[in-house]
Formats: sequence, C-alpha cells, structure tokens
Amino acid sequence: MPVFIINRLLQAIGVILVMSVLVFVGLYLIGDPTSMLVSPEATEIERQALRKALGLDQSIWIQYLTFLGNAAHGDFGRSFLTGQPALQLIVERMPATVELVVVAMTFALVVGVPLGILAGLRPKAPSSKAIMTGSILGFSLPNFWIGLMLIMLFAVYLGVLPASARGETVNIGGVALSIFTLDGWQHLALPALTLGMAKAALIIRVTRAATREVLPMDYIKFARAKGLRPSRILKVHLLKNILIPIVTVAGLEFGQAIAFAVVTESVFSWPGMGKLLIDSIITLDRPVVVAYLIMMVFFLVILNLVIDILYIAIDPSAGEKVRD
Amino acid sequence: MDVTTMKAMTAAECQPLLSIKGLKTHFETRAGIIKAVDGVDIELGRGEILGLVGESGSGKSITGFSILGLIDPPGRIADGSITYDGRDLVSMDEEDRRQLRGNDIAMIFQDPSMTLNPVLRIDTQMIETVQAHANVSTAEARQRARDALVQVGIPSPDERLKTYPYELSGGMRQRIAIAIALINSPKLIIADEPTTALDVSIQGQIIHEVKKLCRKTGTALIWITHDLAVVAGLADRIAVMYAGRIVETGKTADLIERPLHPYTKGLIDSVPSHSTRGRRLHQIKGMTPSLLNLPQGCAFRERCEKVTQECLVAPEPTLLAGRLVRCWNPAL
Amino acid sequence: MSTPMTVSSTAPAEESPFRRLLMQFAENRLALVGLALLLLLAVPAILAPWIAPQNPYDIGSLDILDSQMPPGSMGEMTGITYWLGTDSQARDVLSAVLFGMRTSLLVAFVSVSASLLIGATVGLCAAYFGGWLDALLMRIVDIQLSFPAILVALIMLSILGQGLDKVIIALIVVQWAYFARTARGTALVERNREYILAARCLSLGWRRIIFRHLLPNCLPPLIVIATIDLAHAIALEATLSFLGVGVPVTQPSLGMLIANGFEFMLSGHYWISVFPGVALALAIIGINLVGDHLRDVLNPRNAQ
Repeated sequence: MPVFIINRLLQAIGVILVMSVLVFVGLYLIGDPTSMLVSPEATEIERQALRKALGLDQSIWIQYLTFLGNAAHGDFGRSFLTGQPALQLIVERMPATVELVVVAMTFALVVGVPLGILAGLRPKAPSSKAIMTGSILGFSLPNFWIGLMLIMLFAVYLGVLPASARGETVNIGGVALSIFTLDGWQHLALPALTLGMAKAALIIRVTRAATREVLPMDYIKFARAKGLRPSRILKVHLLKNILIPIVTVAGLEFGQAIAFAVVTESVFSWPGMGKLLIDSIITLDRPVVVAYLIMMVFFLVILNLVIDILYIAIDPSAGEKVRD
Repeated sequence: MDVTTMKAMTAAECQPLLSIKGLKTHFETRAGIIKAVDGVDIELGRGEILGLVGESGSGKSITGFSILGLIDPPGRIADGSITYDGRDLVSMDEEDRRQLRGNDIAMIFQDPSMTLNPVLRIDTQMIETVQAHANVSTAEARQRARDALVQVGIPSPDERLKTYPYELSGGMRQRIAIAIALINSPKLIIADEPTTALDVSIQGQIIHEVKKLCRKTGTALIWITHDLAVVAGLADRIAVMYAGRIVETGKTADLIERPLHPYTKGLIDSVPSHSTRGRRLHQIKGMTPSLLNLPQGCAFRERCEKVTQECLVAPEPTLLAGRLVRCWNPAL
Repeated sequence: MSTPMTVSSTAPAEESPFRRLLMQFAENRLALVGLALLLLLAVPAILAPWIAPQNPYDIGSLDILDSQMPPGSMGEMTGITYWLGTDSQARDVLSAVLFGMRTSLLVAFVSVSASLLIGATVGLCAAYFGGWLDALLMRIVDIQLSFPAILVALIMLSILGQGLDKVIIALIVVQWAYFARTARGTALVERNREYILAARCLSLGWRRIIFRHLLPNCLPPLIVIATIDLAHAIALEATLSFLGVGVPVTQPSLGMLIANGFEFMLSGHYWISVFPGVALALAIIGINLVGDHLRDVLNPRNAQ
C-alpha cells in the first residue's frame, strides 16, 4: 500500500506542475493588466515603469520560474488591485466557502441517502418515481436557476430569509464561522440549500443505483435466511455495501461543490473564494486567479488521494485489488 | 394427494417435521405466469435426509426458498401449504417466520463467494445470527460462533473469526456458511447445491461432514442438487423434480436401482459408472421445456421414449412398489 | 430507466431498425411530451428574427418610456403588446427570450456537435491503435475529467476573453473528454468483434476501418450522451453568461437575460428574470425527457 500511495503522490505532483504551466502560460498569453491599473491618460513611460515593477517585462518562462520558486514558499504574488498577497486574500475567504460547502454536502447526504435507498427498495412505487423525477430536475437545472427560484420564494414572496451576504460570524480559533449564530444560519440557509439540492440529486441517483445492485445479492438473501431483523439487514448489510460508491461520489462531489460554489456565491453575494475568483477574472487580477486555480488543483489532487485511501478503509478487499 | 398413503410410505414417525402439500409458487412476468413450482408435495421426518434432484429450472431451489418464505415479487406462493412442526408457514406472520429462519430452519446457498457479506468480518456475521434469535451477550455469542467453527472442522477458529471473507478459500467460506447454518442448532437445514461451486476434492469432504453433523445432531436435511450421484450416498430418500413437479419419490437405494419414471431412468443412465464403462453414455433427448410454454399433459412427454396417447393428460402421482410416481407408463 | 418497455405487438414483416426505434420511441408518452416541448421552444427560437414582435437589439425600435412594464401591458409608442412585460431597457421580454433561446441553442448545438466529432475521433483512435497513444490520450482525458467542468470553462474564458465563439470553444474543451471516454469504451468491445478482425484481414486502411466500420457500431451510446449533453451545454453556457464571462451583451443568451433581470427581482419585477428562467428550465427538462428515453430505446440490454 505505501508503494501505491507514493505512486499516487508522484502522479499528483506531475498533475500540479502541468496544470500550473497551463494556467500560467494561458493567463499570461492574453490580456494586459496594466491597462486596467493605470489611467487612460498615462504615458507609455509610466506604463513601462508599472510593467517593470510587476515583473511583466521579463520573458514568460522567467516569469513562470520566478512564480514557481515563489509559490513553493507560499508566495503567489500580490493582487494587482489591492496589493495584498494573493494567497492571503484566498485564505481569508476560504472559511466562508468551506462552511457553505460542508453544510450543503451534509444536507445532500442526510437527504439523499435515505431517499435513494427508498427509491432503490421499491423502484416501481409512485413515491420512488417522484423522487427520481425530482433528482433529474435537481442535477440538470442550472444551479443559479435553482438559487433564483429559492430567492423568489423565500426572500421575495414569503420574505422569511435574507437573499444575500453572510450573517453574523463568531471567531473560533482565528476562523470566522457563521454556523454558531442564528443570523448566520438564516443567511446560510438559501445558498446551502441551492448547492445542496444539486448534490442531493446526485447522491440519490448513486444510492439508488447501488441499492438496486446490492439487493439481489446472495449475501442479502443469506442474511434474511439467517433470520436477521429487516432493520439490521438495512442498516448493516445493505448500508455498509452501498457506502463504498456513496463515499467515493460524495468525496468527488465535495471537490466539485467547492468549484461550483463559484456560482452559488455569485447568486447570493456570499463572500467566499468563488466570488473572489469571478471578480478577479472580470478585473483581470491574474495573481489571484492563478493562486486560486493552483490552490484548487492542489486541493482536488489531495482530495482524490484521500478518497482512494478512504476507499481502502471501507472496502477491506480494495487493498488487495489495488496491489494486483 | 392422499394423506394416508403419504404417511404409510414415510419412515415410522408419528408427526412429520415438514409437510408440504400442493405447493404452487408462481412468478408473474410480462411474458406470462411462470409456474416455477406447480403442485409439489414433500414430507420429511425428523433427522431425515432428503435429496431433491432436478435440472436447473425444475423448481427445486424455488421450493427451498418457498419453505423459508424468501420468495420476492414478482414471485408468490399461489397455493398450497407448508407445515413445519405443526405450524403453517405460508399463512404465518412475517415476524414469526423470521424467528424460525436461521433458528429452526437454516439454509446453505450455492456459491460461497457470494453468500458471505464481503464488507463484514466473519465474527460479525456469526454473532448477529445468534443475537437475532437469542438475547445473549456478545461474548457468549462469540463463544458459540467459535464452537460452531470447531464443529465444522475449521482450524484456529479464533483467527478465522477476525478475517474478512475475501481472505478465505472457497471451501473455507462454505464451511463457515455451514457453521452459520448450524450455529443455532436448527431442526432442518435446506442446502441448495452447496458443493456445485467447489473443487471436486472439497465437495466430497463437505458432503461427508454435513452428513456426519446431521446424523450427530439429529438435524433433518433437504439437499438440493442437479447431480444424482451426489445424493446417492447421502440421502435417505430422493425426490426427482421436473418442470415444477415431483415426478418420483422413494428410498434412495430403490430409486437408484430401479427407477420407475422414464426421466429418473434417463438421469441415472447418464451418470457414468462401472457398468457403463466403455459404452456410450445415455443422454436424454431434447431440452428442458420453457416454463412459460409447457407441453400439454405430462411435461416430459416430448422428451420421453415411452410416450403414448395417455400422456396428453397429466398423470397423477400413484403409489407403486413403495414409491410415488407421476407417469402413465412406469418402468415395471 | 424506470419506464417499462413494451414490445410492439404488431411488427410489420419488413421493418427497418430505424423504424423500429421510432415506434419504440413513440410508445413513451413522457418522451413525446419532451419532444413536443422541445419543438415548441426550438422552432419559434430559430424563426425569432421573423416572428418576434420586436428586434430587442435594435435600439431604434425601443421606447425607453416602456421600461419595466408588467406582462400584458401595451407600449404607447411602439404599439406592441408586451405579453411577458419589458426589461429595464424597454425590451420586450418575449422577443428577448426568443432571441436568447436562439443563442443558447446555437451555442449548445455547435459545441456538442464539435465535441462529439473530436471526442469520438480521439476515443476511436485510442481504442483502435492502443499502446502508448491510448495511454497518453486517456491520461489526458482522466486528468481533465477530474477537474470540475465549471472551473475548466472559467479558466478557458479568462484566457480567451468574451465572445460567442470563445464560449463555444470553452464548452468544447469541457465536453470532448466525455465523448472520448465513451467512444473508447464501446470501441474496445467492438474492436475484438469478428467483423473488425475480418476488415483487418482484408488489410483495409485504418481510416476506413475506424470511420466506416467502427464508428457506426459505436454510435448509439454516443448519440444518447450527445442528447443529454445538450442539456448540460445549455445549462453551463447559461451559468457562464449569468456569471458575466459568457456571451457578449450584443448577443445575450437566456443566462444573460436572467442575470440582467436579477437585480430587479428583489423589487418585485419578477418577469424580467423569471420568463427567461422558465424557458431555460423547460428546454433542459425537454431534452432530458427525450434523452432519458432514447437511452432506454438504444440500450441493447433493454431490447428483450
């Protein structure tokens, strides 16, 4: 198993390097940030001075190597707009995004797994068909659309929940969290529901498919032949087996949700990393965009690694399979 | 079927442990009703070993699952009764039936690589079987699990308890499945082709051990198989199934020596033995008919060598030389 | 998936596979509803320049006094009844929706077709040639698919900048890998079939084998994915445009229309956002209904 992990780590580093080149080169091929930063009347000499100050006069490869060297020390450059270190900007916004995604994914699992099992146990029942139709809508309708409808219903029509911004936060160990205040929850409710509904739709489908696959297995019939109570068959024999695909998908979806928070955060003006990314893309604030993307690549690669390891922990025979 | 004749032919037991009468298990599919089991009668005395023989699709496994109440939709028991120890299993409440399953009536399945749950340790799967039926501590249940493993001849049982199924060989897994079946000392075990998926060398061992254990504990056994040779040395009695019905029942030795039904004869002639050495083996002509579309009258009619005009009407079971046969032209 | 398949009872003696598919398809009412829904949205959208009450991008035809009028009101100067109301620039929402749908469908259709073409070629070549080419191509596919589609599209657009063509390119980059993977999967199975071996024994050229023999047999699953992917493409384009990095202001899609009306929604002027939103949702639902059933019909496992 260690060999397997080392192998995966090397692959991961390769992927990060390749992606950093792609992102960096891609972003530096077009767009001139100096045009955004100086006033239109500025002379060419002033522009040159700015380019030099930002290091933009160097060749692209020198810029890349400099960037890579600095990045290794956690220095992704400073925002062209605010002058703050890019990494710091992102790290400041990170708790808001992670909080949103964790709450959304928890919602997705708590709602999705039971509904998925229900739909899998009785695939022909009207309730199961209703669940499946709902899940098709949940993952095929765009996330921002669901968000708008929720705003329409809860913020405009019923007027019970706020439609934008983050609520009151409490500082816990240097991290601002809003899940400990009522105001925080009220603000969190709609964005988390928006993100969570799309993810719940996927979890429902995976759970249902896995349930349908496990139910006809001999070991379920054997468990019944042993005279086990239905609740035990459901909670131990079925659940432990369908957990493998659910954990895999939930893990991958966690990464997707962090990325998709870009959309949700824009709809609800949620001050997270995603909103920062969109703002930075629109203002051509390259260091922030690059830092965000490199961080995401890093995060996704690590996440994939963690899922693989978790997978081995749940499925006792997976370690064997990997070694083969 | 006439109850008195049934009683006369079974061993001298006052009340049979299991009595199945006119069992019909049907599957409603879009293509039509599949009569997997269509009027089966079986009686089994305490401690008796019955071999239920038939080709795949003859309804022998479905009969086994019907006894345990493990028929899932679209299948259902359409008619008949299954009386176990004086209680009717068909009309019984599901919770009562659950308490009988694995406690009074246990089952061993065909493929040991599929019957044990791959993500649960052996001890979990054994202890839960004890605790589903008796209010005992986990430590006590573990002790019983250990004893059961010893009983089926598994070396170093404590280590085995801590393993996952994938770490064990097929033969070992089947022994564990048998240990699970035996763990609550059932009165009846239904074994559904438990050796088919195993190596030939292991097959013999398992058959031998199961027989020994049943004799020792007085457990009745229904051994379901497609292989007449397997049950020849194991069963007290043999019932031969064809297309959802039992075509011949009798004491093992009688039935093997002098089969009355042409189908039984065909089965026996197709088993290689000393007497058939050097000769071409017999083979039953034709193929198993589709259950959706059985021939009118005797289901074996189209493959039978002794077919006559009478066979267009389904024969009823008749008592002949101490055996029950469903045939118009038995080999007498 | 859950809809029961019924085998047509009256099978004509000479029945082409295509005809059989058509008949099987017609038997599912939900799929027909989806198809009707799609036609109802697509036909007026395609004909928008000729049938829309107004050209919403012709500034001259707009009367600024008519801005933000509720549905059903009548423009005094223009003489148009605004059935779905007007937006902040006095554009007729119905006309804007028709033009927006046109843009959305165009982007989706072009990007999915191109992705299908590129993906299928890559997948078939990978499966046919195998070896290092297969390993390399599939590694690229794997890496790309491990990144969220929305992020890849955002990176592409931040590199390429705005524009209809740029959005299409970004969508192709996001989608080709799915087709490549599916095409390779099916082609690997087909490659070892006898007809391909026969074609190789005849030493036909690889181009001929891939495109004349392999491709037609791998097409059904690709068509299913392409259909459902149309819905994804529409949704993704709408999302990008909603975020303000998609189509240009001069050629707004449904996503951009929704974004434009967003700020007025909180003040109760729901129609500017909601009607484009409803059109978007109906299009996506329609495609899913059709695609879902197409999958059942084309899946050989469900054929019996």
